[in-house]
Amino acid sequence: MADIAVEAHNLTVSYHHKPVLWDVDFQLPQGSLIGIVGPNGSGKTTLLKSIMGLVQPDSGYVEIFGKPLEQVRARVSYVPQRESVDWDFPISVREVVEMGRYRPGRLLRRLDSTDKAIVRQSIARVGLEAFADQQIAQLSGGQQQRVFIARALAQQADLYLMDEPFAGVDATSERAILQLLAEMKVAGKTVVMVHHDLQTVQEYFDWVLLLNTRLVACGPVSSAFTEDNLRQAYGGQLTILSKVAHLVEEHDFPVRDRSKKQRT
Amino acid sequence: MNAFWIILTGTLVATSSGLLGAFLLLRKMSMLGDAISHAVLPGIVIAYLVAGSREPLPMLLGAAGFGVLATVLIEMLYRKARLQSDAAIGVTFTGLFALGIILISAFAGQVDLDLDCVLFGEIAYVPIDVWITPSGLNLGPRAVWILGGLLVLLLLLLGLGYKGLVITTFQAEYAAALGVSVSFWHYLLMSAVSVTTVVSFEVVGAMLVVAFMVVPPATAFLLTNKLQHMLALTVLLGLGTALGGYCLAAWLDASIAGAMSVVAGAFFLLALLLAPRTGYRHQLWQR
Repeated sequence: MADIAVEAHNLTVSYHHKPVLWDVDFQLPQGSLIGIVGPNGSGKTTLLKSIMGLVQPDSGYVEIFGKPLEQVRARVSYVPQRESVDWDFPISVREVVEMGRYRPGRLLRRLDSTDKAIVRQSIARVGLEAFADQQIAQLSGGQQQRVFIARALAQQADLYLMDEPFAGVDATSERAILQLLAEMKVAGKTVVMVHHDLQTVQEYFDWVLLLNTRLVACGPVSSAFTEDNLRQAYGGQLTILSKVAHLVEEHDFPVRDRSKKQRT
Repeated sequence: MNAFWIILTGTLVATSSGLLGAFLLLRKMSMLGDAISHAVLPGIVIAYLVAGSREPLPMLLGAAGFGVLATVLIEMLYRKARLQSDAAIGVTFTGLFALGIILISAFAGQVDLDLDCVLFGEIAYVPIDVWITPSGLNLGPRAVWILGGLLVLLLLLLGLGYKGLVITTFQAEYAAALGVSVSFWHYLLMSAVSVTTVVSFEVVGAMLVVAFMVVPPATAFLLTNKLQHMLALTVLLGLGTALGGYCLAAWLDASIAGAMSVVAGAFFLLALLLAPRTGYRHQLWQR
């Protein structure tokens, strides 16, 4: 396996005495697009937050690039769920993206011309130049999502943790985000993304982590995204399952062919 | 000259309270100033009992201490007990206020320490309490100097801490992900609110402080979608409110604090009707 971006050991997290993640162990390779997939309430967001140090685990630990988070925080950037802010906040697109240049020790300092240039580039990369001075409430859902991604880009990190960036996003924004992900992969960045749409997993990701409080599977999409594993992760949720089974049989994805070959 | 001092005092309180109130509004904690103005009562009583006199400094310290304690309790109830933030505010300030009343009735009942003289200042008396140097120079009302000094400190805090306050207010989770201490900025703001509330209500009364902390920022919020503009508008509205309120009070020969609060409310109504994006007129026009 390539160098490791994120590694978790015996990670257990609970909210108010109810376990949300139970004894989760995994390693995620650098330079990949990694999807975290699982049913609602399976701990996907919590897993992302544990990696980002936003929730304290009951036991276990996470290492990023082989080090504790505090030593590599500058190399990690976080794209929270779109619902996590009040979009009526009186702030412009540019001002939100500028937050990507804030650092704990330098909050009193003004942003310099390098910072400003990085902010401009980041806004351009998500295609929002025309909206830079608009208030964030005036944007569509997809554009709002792209603001968060631009802010993460402005951090110039190596590892990106994104919480459902495709949720409620229009087709234009989806294309823009996919294009960006492709660019980031070429640049050797690692993207770990919570994703809820099973239909697009094989198309978007190299690597998948299936979660249902416990870790169900973690590996290349070709070997981990199987019907067996999905049944384990989604349990009795038949509608989703039959949809996926249908999908897998109907199109007989090349991914699946590869996994068959590997077995023989 | 009295009119000038009263309007200046009103403007100083409006500016300090309004600037902090704008951040409270964006954090959805507008009623915190009201809560603090009640929750500080036990602090004032304890300071009185310990110091044995009604010296302003110990009382101020006791009050500010309990103001901060109230914000800590509210935060704990909200985070740990998972209470809604408005319920957390309600539980905390009624509890502390009641504690203050019990302390007064049990230990300080025989002396002159009632709510009227401790909690509620009166802006009309500001010009009477002047600061005269030992050499006999009249420097004007003491309150203006105290409030002016407070405002300078607050402007310094907001100027230097602007980025920290904005990022933790907009999205605490993202700030934490960057490694910014969310609780540091939270308690810094809450301490500033406590001190400002206590210092101001001693001069102008609790109602006017709460009115200035909530109404001008809410009005400004309707009128603009830029935070810097919102802060500037809050200050301008504060000035207009102090000026208009004094004139209204003089004309009606009525309570100055009451008139200023009414004028603040009138500005808010006007904004509600005429605001460019959200105003009633705009909605009619869109239809």
